[in-house]
Amino acid sequence: MATAITPDLIESHQLTREEYDRIVSILGREPTYTELGIFSVMWSEHCSYKSSRLHLKKLPTRSRLVLQGPGENAGVIDIGGGYGIAFKIESHNHPSFIEPFQGAATGVGGILRDVFTMGARPIAVMDALRFGPLQDPGAGARNVRILEGVVSGIAHYGNCFGVPTVGGETMFEASYSGNPLINVFALGIVKHEEVFFGKAEGVGNPVLYVGAKTGRDGIHGASMASAEFTEAAMEKRPNVQVGDPFMEKLLLEACLEAMQTGAIAGIQDMGAAGLTSSSCEMASRAGTGIELDLDHVPQRESGMTAYEMMLSESQERMLLVARAGREHEVAAVFKKWGLDAVAIGRVTASGRLTVRHRGQVVADIPADALARQAPLYDRPHNVKPYRTAPLEGPSFRSTDLRRDLETLLASDDLCSKRWIWEQYDYMVRTNTVAGPGTDAAVLRIKETGTALAMALDGNGRYSYLSPREGARLIVAECCRNLSATGALPVATTNNLNFGNPERPEIMAQLVESIEGMAEACAFFEVPITGGNVSLYNETLGEAIFPTPVVGIVGLMNAPRPATVDFKEPGHAVILLGGLGRCDDAQFGGTQYAKHVLKSLWGLPPALDMEYEKRVQAAIREIVAEGLAASSHDVGDGGLAVALLESSFGKGIGAQVVLDSGLRPEFLLFHEGPSRILVSTPQPARIQSIAVRHGVEAPRIGDTILGKVEIRNRQTPLMDCGVLEMKQLWESGLEKLLGSSSKL
Amino acid sequence: MRVGVVVFPGSNCDHDAWFAVSRNLGHTAGFIWHDSDRLGGVDAVILPGGFSYGDYLRCGAIARFSPVMQAVRKFADDGGQVLGICNGFQVLVESHILPGALLRNAGLKFICREVRLRVETAASPFTHAAEKGRILRLPIAHGEGCYYADNRTLDELEAADRVAFRYLDNPNGSARDIAGILNQGRNVLGMMPHPERAADPLMGSTDGLVILQSMVSAYAVR
Repeated sequence: MATAITPDLIESHQLTREEYDRIVSILGREPTYTELGIFSVMWSEHCSYKSSRLHLKKLPTRSRLVLQGPGENAGVIDIGGGYGIAFKIESHNHPSFIEPFQGAATGVGGILRDVFTMGARPIAVMDALRFGPLQDPGAGARNVRILEGVVSGIAHYGNCFGVPTVGGETMFEASYSGNPLINVFALGIVKHEEVFFGKAEGVGNPVLYVGAKTGRDGIHGASMASAEFTEAAMEKRPNVQVGDPFMEKLLLEACLEAMQTGAIAGIQDMGAAGLTSSSCEMASRAGTGIELDLDHVPQRESGMTAYEMMLSESQERMLLVARAGREHEVAAVFKKWGLDAVAIGRVTASGRLTVRHRGQVVADIPADALARQAPLYDRPHNVKPYRTAPLEGPSFRSTDLRRDLETLLASDDLCSKRWIWEQYDYMVRTNTVAGPGTDAAVLRIKETGTALAMALDGNGRYSYLSPREGARLIVAECCRNLSATGALPVATTNNLNFGNPERPEIMAQLVESIEGMAEACAFFEVPITGGNVSLYNETLGEAIFPTPVVGIVGLMNAPRPATVDFKEPGHAVILLGGLGRCDDAQFGGTQYAKHVLKSLWGLPPALDMEYEKRVQAAIREIVAEGLAASSHDVGDGGLAVALLESSFGKGIGAQVVLDSGLRPEFLLFHEGPSRILVSTPQPARIQSIAVRHGVEAPRIGDTILGKVEIRNRQTPLMDCGVLEMKQLWESGLEKLLGSSSKL
Repeated sequence: MRVGVVVFPGSNCDHDAWFAVSRNLGHTAGFIWHDSDRLGGVDAVILPGGFSYGDYLRCGAIARFSPVMQAVRKFADDGGQVLGICNGFQVLVESHILPGALLRNAGLKFICREVRLRVETAASPFTHAAEKGRILRLPIAHGEGCYYADNRTLDELEAADRVAFRYLDNPNGSARDIAGILNQGRNVLGMMPHPERAADPLMGSTDGLVILQSMVSAYAVR
């Protein structure tokens, strides 16, 4: 029973007329219905990166530490001692809007598989989350539900799987109200010689299916993630997959153990576009072909068609290629873990993906046509990036700086996220030396005696005001977060969250972000080893703020990071990098502008990359010398917020005297980069290191018990008790969640 | 001492327990697979944290029927030391080796944080190296750690000095702040907090070592 390929059917598969014609010319005939489905998912934006690929090439991808760059399931870098780490970030934005709990849970599951597919045992997860405002009169209640669902979904999956969720960031903007962002980063450790690849090598080798059975869930998930949301979005709930973290845990242990047998030639997770993408990508990478017989695919439901099986995105499945004659060794390991390993095909020399079902060939397509040779678009972008914010802001004068600080500390963006991260097991595997709520997570590496630091950063406000500057700033900030702990940043994974690339002003945001990121990653020597692009983040024609997110990892010789908290009274407080600069325009993207002035204007803070690099080199040396009692990046909310954040841990504040011509609001709250707040019993030694690096390091005060006092020259600016402020900061999120659920 | 760490398919603190015993404590540790009906001559057993068989039903409800638990029960009946941590505690109550039940946390959320415990008795192989009243800082990480038993059972536990630890700031709604209990023979301890996560200075607390060290010296003088 052949389904006729009509123009409506082609359109409903989100293929253009030109793309369809190309399919016909590749095949030399009309596609079957199954083939149409296969092309539609493989050529979707989500799988093919057809709008972004051209520009992603601008990103630096090499260094002497990079063992595997972009193009595999995850990048791998060398951490010494014969070990590497595999890591990547990936989005699950669209599913998490439709079904927050399962959307987020399966987002965690997907990225974990990407990591252990490489042969690496996952040892850390982080999440970059963006939601609409919780107190919004219209969408607040829904935003609360989405946040609660997403957090419990991440907790459910990660906690059960047994990987610690060690950090991340959560921010709020109205533009994420109809389109939350859920970007999940995972990292695993692997011996150099035990890295596995997603390659279907060895003609005649059997192709094995392992893990959960295939159902009808998630069909067309990849296409869904490649279109804007309309009001009919909720009808797409069946497109969201359901996660089973216990199955994933079994799959992890079985895969890692089976890899040890030497009987596995290649392996790939069945993620987006499931069986289709795993098979044709593995064949394409190896220059081979794959033949599948769907009759052998383990099925959860009866009567599934070839189309449904090829497009299903059922979770917790892997495709692996075993060495011929050694299948039983692989099967024995899977059996031990209570899992089946079923031969469903073999590797061929044809270069084609050939699919049989009930004795018929239902698809026969050159593997390269689906993977490497997917359409590539140079979408128009020769316009100014989209923005409506003015260049000039309102005139303002604070009447109560302390109340402004209280507003910031209690705000959704800056308040403590303890309510979120306490739901995550951030300690399992006993490696977490510095966990959530710090500048960067730090994990000891038991295998080598060294340590890793990692952090995520993104700033939609900056990127909206200037995509190029915004991208440069987040790379600088993420590196600074790592350097502040003492780690040397070495490699990056990126998640590019944007709106509809078919709109030139959105495409311009994407292109400028990539170019800015490329420049900064090259400058700070943190090449991109992989990542994810998520486009069409729009609801009802309203795009999100352009939100590139970077995840950067850093190396430390020993697990002895500097931490955020002031340790004892009587230490000198030094602002490494100095007080910084700010003008009216550069204040418009700050948290102060947002939460106190309810406004957004101007430009992001100005970044001098040369200076930034010197500041970071200086702090790393200071930490390595053991001179920093505490070290904390001055970021969102500026100096005043950073001072309080360093005070909360032990109730030790600071008495600060500044000497600046900046107006008080700027002085306390501007977000100029290249600044790190350090406390120390040995200020002179720190200052001499700073001089050597050509970096300002004014001693701005001393730590004292229980209070933060700030003066500029003779003028008192701030005087507050640490405990009162901490109360506001700690309870901020719960108050917002509570008040809104009652709406 | 040779410590056997039981591995259910969904155990995920098994390696942490192994690391604490072998690296932090310097004793011998090995793994015992869940479908084994023998413990291989170990001197003590740890039932580690995790999600034994996924625990989509009640935590530990399926583990109770596993071959290894029949062996653990016999080992316990013969007076062997058994320490159940977190999921291990849940498995012990489901197996009726310890009384009561572990319900969802009062706040209905998973909680991961360091808590303070008070040692309620030093008269056990798990606590004798600590004095009664000593405060320990140990992490918890669970969604179902609210200890429940009827009043009679609770009274009995208290009367027989079988409450090993109480929370100072009860995080999960546990009856009478109970964080860990002993069996009648005092050779089985079930506790929700994780001593194996507090066995290394890098992890912020080494208070868990006192429990592991107690086990070692109790075994030595047995």
